[in-house]
Amino acid sequence: MTAVSPPGVVRPLIAVLDYGIGNVHSAQKALERGGADAQLTADPEVIGDADGVVLPGVGAFGACMDALRSSGLEQPALDAVSSGRPFLGICVGMQMLFDRSEENPGARGLGVIPGTIRWIPTEPPAGLKIPQMQWNRLDVVTADPLFVGLGEEPWLYFVHSLHGVPNDPAVVVATTEYGSTLNAAFRVDNVFAAQFHPEKSSTTGLALLSNFVEVCARSASTSAVPDNEVSA
Amino acid sequence: MKVARVIPCLDVADGRVVKGTNFVDLRDAGDPVELAARYDLEGADELIFLDITASSDNRATTIEMVHRVAAQVYIPFTVGGGIRTLEDARRMLRAGADKVSVNTAAVQRPGLITEIVAEFGSQCLVCAIDARRRRSDLDVKGATPGVPTDGWEVYLHGGRTPTGINAVHWATEAVRLGAGELLLTSMDRDGTREGFDLDLLRSIADVVNVPLIASGGVGTLGHLADGVVEGGADAVLAASIFHFGEHTVAEAKNVMGAAGITVRPAAV
Repeated sequence: MTAVSPPGVVRPLIAVLDYGIGNVHSAQKALERGGADAQLTADPEVIGDADGVVLPGVGAFGACMDALRSSGLEQPALDAVSSGRPFLGICVGMQMLFDRSEENPGARGLGVIPGTIRWIPTEPPAGLKIPQMQWNRLDVVTADPLFVGLGEEPWLYFVHSLHGVPNDPAVVVATTEYGSTLNAAFRVDNVFAAQFHPEKSSTTGLALLSNFVEVCARSASTSAVPDNEVSA
Repeated sequence: MKVARVIPCLDVADGRVVKGTNFVDLRDAGDPVELAARYDLEGADELIFLDITASSDNRATTIEMVHRVAAQVYIPFTVGGGIRTLEDARRMLRAGADKVSVNTAAVQRPGLITEIVAEFGSQCLVCAIDARRRRSDLDVKGATPGVPTDGWEVYLHGGRTPTGINAVHWATEAVRLGAGELLLTSMDRDGTREGFDLDLLRSIADVVNVPLIASGGVGTLGHLADGVVEGGADAVLAASIFHFGEHTVAEAKNVMGAAGITVRPAAV
């Protein structure tokens, strides 16, 4: 489902899952600036119609999972992932895609990226605080459509005390150095997951989100072909 | 890798920036969105808006301002000044602020920190502390009984009201309650342009494990570097040296970089 506005420019519909946690407006506005029709929504129909889905998250892993479930959004999120449409998890939204987190060992994650969210290793060298709350350089391990045009070592804004440790190291597409090497971004098929906040990372983050919007638009036009054939 | 942050601070009243309007090329120097975008372009890592609105009747304009900034500025920003209740914090955060800073109200009722952190997480709670070095003459006249006369004392209401509370103790207590970051202002140095109170910074940097923002007294770009290297701060806040066009954030980062501090280079 795409909106056409202005004439000739296809704006993909991106559903930003709104399940009552902190600040999700920045992500929505940043996606709109990137060319999307971005909607904050808890409506499974909108999520089902969207060309791409964004799962934001802030705060504690367990609290976010609880909120996602009580909003009835766990299944729509999983459906979106399995549909093959572009899916983006941000910060705790990224962490929720894993199986579990050391932050709340009893809480069950979405299990999209097999692995565990672990505390940033303690005893960091002098001067390093936990959480990491700062801009840091991304070391791109594997090229990804979302990294196009960001430069070799883009700077992004991080706020986190834990990071993702996947069972399969090959899904790590970017890392960052903070006392040790922390995993900063992951790719599993149609799912991209970022520990950092692109919506708070100035022009670099906006470029990454624009790339995501473009991927959504491409995916929409590809999947739209059968529909057009049917209607024609 | 520790990357020190440079944070311009903007005073706002009734939704307008009221200080630091010396950029000659801005269409509307009082517009928070335009100033924020300018600082973003210069490479500011975060912004702090300090609401000095006198009347709580005018808070609605501040909230409207936060909405507008959040919709158009894509770097983290904190809103402080007059956050007295969980509801105050909630309104700012829901309007799009990434963090709120609390000061006087948290000293008067430390449970405010716990309440905000329980709902929104430590990462969005900055505890601002205004501290003044105790002088030995306070021992003779006006010192709070039973309070030692060395060290630094917490002041409220913009530095006017002494509390008898030791600033280092309050800093550790605020962190224990859940504050995710401390914004430490030396009232002795504020406005003097003599540089940060490095002893104060070091005293607190050595005992807390959350990021520390240094404030108060910056007169030169070298002072910013001193705050990180000697004071142990994770971030430096400045107002007048940026607002009045003396220096850009990019220049600040160049000086800090030359002092061996890792900073995010300015975008342009």
